[in-house]
Formats: sequence, C-alpha cells, structure tokens
Amino acid sequence: MLLIYCPYCEEERSELEFRQAGDAHIARPTNMTEMTDEDFEAFFFLRDNVKGLTFERWRHLNGCGRFFNAARDTVSDKFLTTYKAGLPRPDLSTLRPATEATVETYEATESNAK
Amino acid sequence: MSGANRIPGAGRLTPAKTARFFFDGKSFAALEGDTVASVLLANGVHLVGRSFKYHRPRGIVSAGAEEPNALIGVERDAARKQPNVRATVQDVFDGMKVISQNRWPSLAFDVGAVNNLLAPFFAAGFYYKTFMWPKQAWKHVYEPQIRAAAGLGVSPTEDDTDHYSSRYAHCDVLVIGAGVAGLSAALAAAKTGARVIICDEQPEVGGALHYDKSVTIDGQDGYAWAQATAANLAKMDNVTVLPRTTAFGYYAQNFVGLNERVTEHLAKPDKKLPRERLWQVRAKRVIIATGAIERHMVFANNDRPGIMLASAARTFLNHFGVAVGKKVGVYTANDSAYEAAFDLKRAGITIAAIVDSREQPGEAVLAEARSLGIDVLAGHAVVDTGGKLRVSSMSVARNGGGGARKIAIDALLMSAGWTPSVHMFSQSRGKVAYDAETQRFLPGTYAQDCLSVGACNGTNDLQATIEESLAAGELMSNASGFTASQKLALQGANAFAWTGGMAGAAEGAGPDTTVKAFIDFQNDVCAKDIRLAVREGMHSIEHIKRFTTNGMATDQGKLSNIHGLAIAAETLGREIPKVGLTTFRAPYTPVTFGTLINHSRGELFDPTRKTPMHALEEAQGAVFEDVGQWKRAWYYPRAGEDMHQAVNRECKTVRDVAGIFDASTLGKIEVVGPDAAEFLNLIYTNSWDTLKPGRCRYGIMLREDGFVYDDGVVGRMAEDRFHVTTTTGGAARVMNHMEDYLQTEFPHLNVWLTSATEQWAVIAVQGPKAREIIEPLVEGIDLSNEAFPHMSVREGKVCGVPTRLFRMSFTGETGFEVNVPADFGPAVWAAISERTEALGGCAYGTEAMHILRAEKGYIIVGQDTDGTVTPDDASLGWAVGKKKADFVGIRGLRRPDLVADGRKQLVGLLTKDPAVVLEEGAQIVANPNQPLPMTMIGHVTSAYWSENCGRSIALALVAGGKAKIGQTLYVPMPDKTIAVEVSDMVFFDKEGGRING
Repeated sequence: MLLIYCPYCEEERSELEFRQAGDAHIARPTNMTEMTDEDFEAFFFLRDNVKGLTFERWRHLNGCGRFFNAARDTVSDKFLTTYKAGLPRPDLSTLRPATEATVETYEATESNAK
Repeated sequence: MSGANRIPGAGRLTPAKTARFFFDGKSFAALEGDTVASVLLANGVHLVGRSFKYHRPRGIVSAGAEEPNALIGVERDAARKQPNVRATVQDVFDGMKVISQNRWPSLAFDVGAVNNLLAPFFAAGFYYKTFMWPKQAWKHVYEPQIRAAAGLGVSPTEDDTDHYSSRYAHCDVLVIGAGVAGLSAALAAAKTGARVIICDEQPEVGGALHYDKSVTIDGQDGYAWAQATAANLAKMDNVTVLPRTTAFGYYAQNFVGLNERVTEHLAKPDKKLPRERLWQVRAKRVIIATGAIERHMVFANNDRPGIMLASAARTFLNHFGVAVGKKVGVYTANDSAYEAAFDLKRAGITIAAIVDSREQPGEAVLAEARSLGIDVLAGHAVVDTGGKLRVSSMSVARNGGGGARKIAIDALLMSAGWTPSVHMFSQSRGKVAYDAETQRFLPGTYAQDCLSVGACNGTNDLQATIEESLAAGELMSNASGFTASQKLALQGANAFAWTGGMAGAAEGAGPDTTVKAFIDFQNDVCAKDIRLAVREGMHSIEHIKRFTTNGMATDQGKLSNIHGLAIAAETLGREIPKVGLTTFRAPYTPVTFGTLINHSRGELFDPTRKTPMHALEEAQGAVFEDVGQWKRAWYYPRAGEDMHQAVNRECKTVRDVAGIFDASTLGKIEVVGPDAAEFLNLIYTNSWDTLKPGRCRYGIMLREDGFVYDDGVVGRMAEDRFHVTTTTGGAARVMNHMEDYLQTEFPHLNVWLTSATEQWAVIAVQGPKAREIIEPLVEGIDLSNEAFPHMSVREGKVCGVPTRLFRMSFTGETGFEVNVPADFGPAVWAAISERTEALGGCAYGTEAMHILRAEKGYIIVGQDTDGTVTPDDASLGWAVGKKKADFVGIRGLRRPDLVADGRKQLVGLLTKDPAVVLEEGAQIVANPNQPLPMTMIGHVTSAYWSENCGRSIALALVAGGKAKIGQTLYVPMPDKTIAVEVSDMVFFDKEGGRING
C-alpha cells in the first residue's frame, strides 16, 4: 500500500484515503462550443497511457477532499512529487530520477520471452 | 518415551509434557513442542501422503516451511478443518485430529497410484494436449473428472467459527527472521532506541540454530543464546518480538504483511483470542534475515518416503530428539550434509555411507568423517533407490557409470547446497544478481529501503554474518534517526565452514526420458519434464514453468526453482541468468482466507445503510430490497397477499387515495454561495438564474461527452442556497463530479458543497388526498394550490419540527416530499402514516414507486438510460438551455453521432396482448422472420404490469423510436415472439392534470 503526500494536509497518508482521477494538466477549454471535432476528441478522449513518468490527478477523498496533482512513475509506482491543483508541472530536473534501476515487471519478463 | 525413534538425551523437548493426537484415526503420543512431522518420525512413520499427479507414496522431506510433500488436514471440529497444512510446521496439541490427503481408500493402498503406472501418458503438457476434443467435453466431462481425481485437501463445508484480528503497526526497523542474523540485527537496532519489530515463522527464535548444535556465541550454546537474546529483546519497551509470525508479503514503501498464528498450536484456545492475526507493518527500514533453504539432490526415484534433506534430519535429531532412521545413507554435493551424518553417528545411528558427487569433498569434513569411521564415496552418485512405502536401498555407482552396488538403508539424507531465501527481497521489487561462482541468485539492486543480511545475502561464515547483521541493525537505525551509544560485538564459532553445492540434475537423472528424478515434489515435475518442455519449444523459464507447472504448487518451488532453471539452462546450452528467474510473489507461504478477509465478513462485509424510518417500516411488514448499500422498503404485503397483489394494491391506492413513501435514500447536496446559481448553470443543462427562491426545477446533468449522468429536482431555498437532489445510486459520484469541477475547472466560483443525504429524512406523500393528509400536521405554510403550486418548496414546521416541504411528484399525482432532520424522521413518519391510513391510504414501496413513475413516463437514470443516452434521446431535450454559452456536456452534445438520425430513443411499448409483461433487457426487432442473426434495433428498459392502466406497460430504447410511434415491432423470446406497438411514454393521465390537484 502506497503512502501519498497530500499537498493540502501536508502529510503522508495511506493510499486507502485517495482515489486516482485521471491525467493532470488537461484544462477544460473556455471556448468549448467553438472547438472542432478533432480538438474535442483530443481534449476528451485521447490519453497517452504512459509507461514511466506520468502526471495525474488524485483526490484525497477520505481526507480533506481536495484534488491535487502528482508526478508518478507507472513502472515502479513511485510518486516523485505531489502538488496543488492549478500549479504548473514541476521542474523534474530538480527531482531525483524516476528509478535508479529499471524494476523488473512481470510484463517485461514476458516480453523478453522469445 | 513417545516414539521408538526418540534418542534419550537428544533434543530440546521436555518429556514431562505430553499430548496425544490422531493420524488417520491412529493415536500417537507426542511431546509438547513436537510438530506433526516430528511425532510421526519418532514413531517410524515416514509415509504421510500421496503425490499430486502420480499418487506416489511420499514422506517428510524437510523440517520447515519449505515442505513440499507432507501436506495434511488438521481438524478441531466439523467447522474447523484446515486442509494442506505442512506437517513440518504444525505443532501438535492434545486431541488434534490429522488426516492424510490425496489417497483413496487408504494411504498405504491408493487406487490413484495407477497414475504412476500410466506415467508415460502423463508427460508434461499432457492436459493441454490431450483433452482438446470434442470441444464441449472439456467443460462437461474432462474437467469435472480431472478435478475430482486431482486436488489435495478437502475444504470444510461449514462456516468458519474462528475469528481473526488485524493490526496496523509502525516501526523504525522491521527484522524478518530471527536466526543469528536477525537477532544480531535486532539487538543492534534495539540498543539505539529505535522501535523494532522482529518476527519469525517458527515457534521459537533461532533459525538454523535449531539444527546446528556446534554453534556458540560469546561462548554460549547458540540456541540458548538465541532464546536469551529474544527474551531480553522482548523486555525492551521499544521492541516487539513475534514468534509464529510469517512475513508473507513485501509491498510498496516498506509495507509488509505478517501473519501471526495465535492459537493454532493450542488444544483449547481462549475463545477471546483470534485464531490468527494479520499485521500490516509500515517500517522505515527493513532488515531481511530470512536465511537459506537446502536443496535436494535430483536423481532417480529420489521421492521415496525416508528420503529427506540433511538439515531436516539434523533438526529432527538435535531439536526434537528423533532419529529419522537406523541405517542412514547420505547423498550430497556439499559439506553441510556431512554434519548431519556426524550428529547421527554420535547419537548411535549407523551411517551406511556418504555418497558425494564431488571428487574432492571439503578437507575438514572428510577428515572428521574418517575419524568417526564413516565411509565416504567421493565422486560417486546415487543412481536409484528401492523400497515401496519407504526407502530400503540406494544404488551407488562411480560417476560416469560402472557397476552400481545396492546398499541397504532406511533413510537417505540429501543436500545439493543452499538457496538463499531472496523471496522478500524480490517481492520488494529488488533485482537479484546471479553469482556464477556459487551458483546462487543474491540480492543485487535494491528498490526499497531494506537490507539483506546473513545467508539470504549469500554470507556463509558465522562471524561474518554476525558482524554484517550488527552493522545493518545500527545502520538502519541511524537512517531512521537513532544512534548507538556503544558498538556491539559478538563472537561466534562453529564446527565447519561449508564448501560445495550443485544445481540441476545429478548423475543418473537423465538424459533418458523415463527416469523419475523429481525436482518439484508437490507438482510431480521431473528433470525429464523440463527437458521435454525445452524440446517442445519453451525457451523462457516463464514458459517452461507454466508448461511443466514447476514451482507452481503451494510451496512455490522453494526447493525446485533453481534445479528447474539449471536443467533448462543446460538443455538450452545457455547460462543460468540468460534463462532468467521467475519473479517471487506473495504470499511466501499460504495464508488462510480467514486472515486476509479478517473482520470483513458477514454483517461487516459491506456497510448496510438504513433510513431513519427503517424500524417502523419493518414493523409495518415491509419487505426490503438492496439498492447499493441501502435497504429500501420494496413492498408492504398484507395478510394473504403475494408480492404482485401487494404491489397492485399499493399502486391503485396511491392513485385512488394516497400513499406514503420513504425517499430518504435520495442523494442530497446543499449548494451554497454567491456563485451557486452560476455553478449549477455549468453543472446542469438547465438554466438556474431564472429560478426564483421557493421554486423547484427538474435538472439534468451530463458528462462532458454529452450523455446523461444524473437527474433530480433542485429547489432554490434562497438566492445563494440550493437544495439539490440526486438519484440514490448517484449521490456519491455526483458529489465527486461537482467537487471536481468546482475545485479544478471553476475554482473562481465562490461556492460551498455539502453532502446532506443522511441529514434529511424524506417522506413522500402522493395522491389525491396528499394535501388532506399533511394539512393538520403542517404549520406556517399555506398548502393551497395557488400559494404552493407544483414544483415549489417552503420552509416551516411539520409535527412541530422544522421542515423543507417540497411540492413535487414522481407519481404524477398531487405530491409532497416532507424533508425533516433525520432524527425526527421516525416521529414524523409515524404521524403521517397514521393520517394516511385513517384516510384510506397506505405505505408503498420501491416496486410501486417504479410502476407509478413508469405509468407517467418518468425515467430512472441508470435503468432507462445506460451512459449512451442524450437528453433528446430520452425526450428531455426541453431541459437543455438553448441560450446557454457553456455547461458540462455542451460540446459533447454537438458531436456528429449525437445529432445524427436513427439514434436509439426512449419510447413506450404496448404489447398487443395486454396481459403479457415484457422482460426488461429483451431485444427488439423490426421483422421477426428475418434470418439469424437478427438485426436488433433496441431493447426493453422498464416493463411492468400496471393495475391502474389495466394492462402491461413498457419503456424501451429503439433506434429512430419517436418516428416509429404507432408501428408494430417484435420482441423475440425463447418460447415465443411478442408483438408490440410503439407508443409515447405517458400511459396514465396523458393530460397531466392530476399533478396540480
């Protein structure tokens, strides 16, 4: 079970108190009605499903109730940082690398199986 | 003496304390502290089970958690039966009943053993290849037959009467394993003042000291030092010592699951004590001191009862005082087995010979063997064994062939070397590294804040282990912010340093394809099976594992993994690390479901939500249905009524007189603030600026993709205050949806959201006499149609308590919804109920509510919509504000497919035969005579018998439905095809006058 640092409560709390809420930094356009179908598709439907570093939203549902953003490595599951909603993406060069060494996953092992 | 094979003076058990237990009905005397395995061996019983696939006789292989063979059933009573318990870790208690498994009719004579004779047909992958045809037969013939024949223990049929507990714990340093390494590390950590938890799976601490009698620490006997150290640690306030506690899973961020067996070893456990306790430990640092597991030798017929690990024989002798045989052979590839022979020899047991596959055994052990007069056959192999239900001979030949000679024995000890237990390290997602010189996988790259010490770290030497562990204990405490006032030092000594070891098949275990040289005892996997898997094209260890099932039994290949890997590597002509090691998974050893489920069963499995009026409704005879976590009154049968009759009466009564309904489960959200109306404008399709305080409006909420998400009536209590209602099931997600937009998309709006679902009890009073029912109970509100029209809300008092009184209707009748603070709900319900019944009305449940709303064509989001329905599809286009610049879903609604012709639209259906009630979910076609597969153009979403209409009614989603009104469509059912006419959605009071009564 992960420990997640809530930037509003300013403490680490158990994963049980949180819910993931999809990708971060996708702002709802202010000109919704003028968007082309392609733009709307990109805004609402298309996501990258990143392997590695990803920015995502979390909600401290069973805590302060606030939505916030997190930078997380989807391979190691490690949170690099969390920050308040509305703040820009943090400069990751100031954070430690995602993983010192690649963590072996079941999937990775499988894909090596020739 | 309890058992003929107890050696007087040997072992650490106290002969004064005895217990009796039963194995397959036969009574045995045991000593306190005995395991089932040690008592059976004390009585000369080696045969304890039958193997999984070939039903070969099997005996006790180990003395610990790695045991693959000796799986037994343990019974306390009818409800408390535990299958697949390892006899080597189960303590004996007085009166315990143990049964052997996987045999019929008896252990000594097992019909299933015919599988052994048929073995040529049961090659690896046999099931995959054989039971392919005919296709249907797998499900109906092969699988049930195979399942009946296979399987090990039998699970109990009664509910578990034991209880289990759960505990969360935090510490600075968690030490897994309490052998020399773990105890040294814990000691060093504890002295710094750090909070320490140390756990060990065995009843006593000591680990390898159980068998290695030669160890002394600071001049004291090793085992005695371990017990004294643990006792001293337990006295410290900052230390928790947990014996009988297995660390079974290592999860993210040093979160480790421990399973403490609290009463498994007690004859009459205190009922207050849990059977097992689940510890969920969050440790700042973890020290892994899990030791190493001895591997068996892989040779022909190495599975006969009486053939066991050398260290196991040492444990049985030195700890339990039991000699595993009278004339014992040893087959080894490393020095450690010699010490077993020495210990047995000194206890007066005959050692037939030590067969060593190496040409040059370690010099020290060789010299000791000579001085004890033990025959050592270096450069030799055991190429076969004899004996039926117990080993009786070993055939020994010089390496590379030559005439084998048979040596009579009654037990054979084996050791191919030691496999470091990297399970916990690997579970922590650390990456193991292969050490070619010692043929071992050792901790390589760490992924979490932990450190491995001792044998699991590849450290063999005793003093090196002690120093490494003391240093680790101090280092990990320092990292948690604690420092030692003085350096600890311990001096360890033992008899021999061990050399040697091998992985893979020994001489005589191939390459031919008929020899049964077992690598995985529990799943009956032989060396030949691995070779077959490689020949058949499996080149990854992951594939080989699945094809042969090597390591997939409940012991997870603790003995077999390295052997399987080595044989695969040899067959492939590749190096071991190139073939790869399968990933270790939790749990380390099996954990009972009871421990994992813990308190979450029965009534505590899921919360049950009851409305404030639940008890009164129960007293009124309500039958309840589950709606999510809620219990809702479904219908109120009277004497002699079935559900159908009760529901018909309730529906009729509401329209003829009036009814009272508990609507408390509706989601309620208080939306407050200067920007409340603007916020609702963005969340709902409707316009809220124009809604005056004291008025209500039906609102529709979309997702951004334009599909209906929820609906409900919203009342404006004041300029800056709205009382929002949601569907029962949607309450939580609508609140989340609103919070999400408020916090992240519209943070500039000054609005506060509060969930008020459980703050209000809601009593709906519906029907022509609704006003007459509540009138005498209400104070301060003019209930006249003119002063208080449909879709209004007023604040006042009912029965003397504050109320938000809504004039609204989900039945099409004149209706009120009385909201009172939840605590007043029962009193107000009782008062209104009394009035209702006095005037000839009745209470009605959710079933009648569903029918009454369907008669009026009111939809239920989630029943008549499914996440692909737009407001227009549901004939609710009027609720979408045409002039609004923005709301959630405004762009989605304009997507080409959402405005295209031919969308599925909600319509009414009238069966040609009015008595026929359609089935909800049934498919609709235009032409019932078309060839299969038919083109389905929609489905029934709601269907009921309507007593008020005197016929069946239904709602359905039909492609281009509104244009099909008046047409005949068909609902094909398995036994008949039902003709229906498409209609509008309102079946009762089409003019809608009753609502304004």
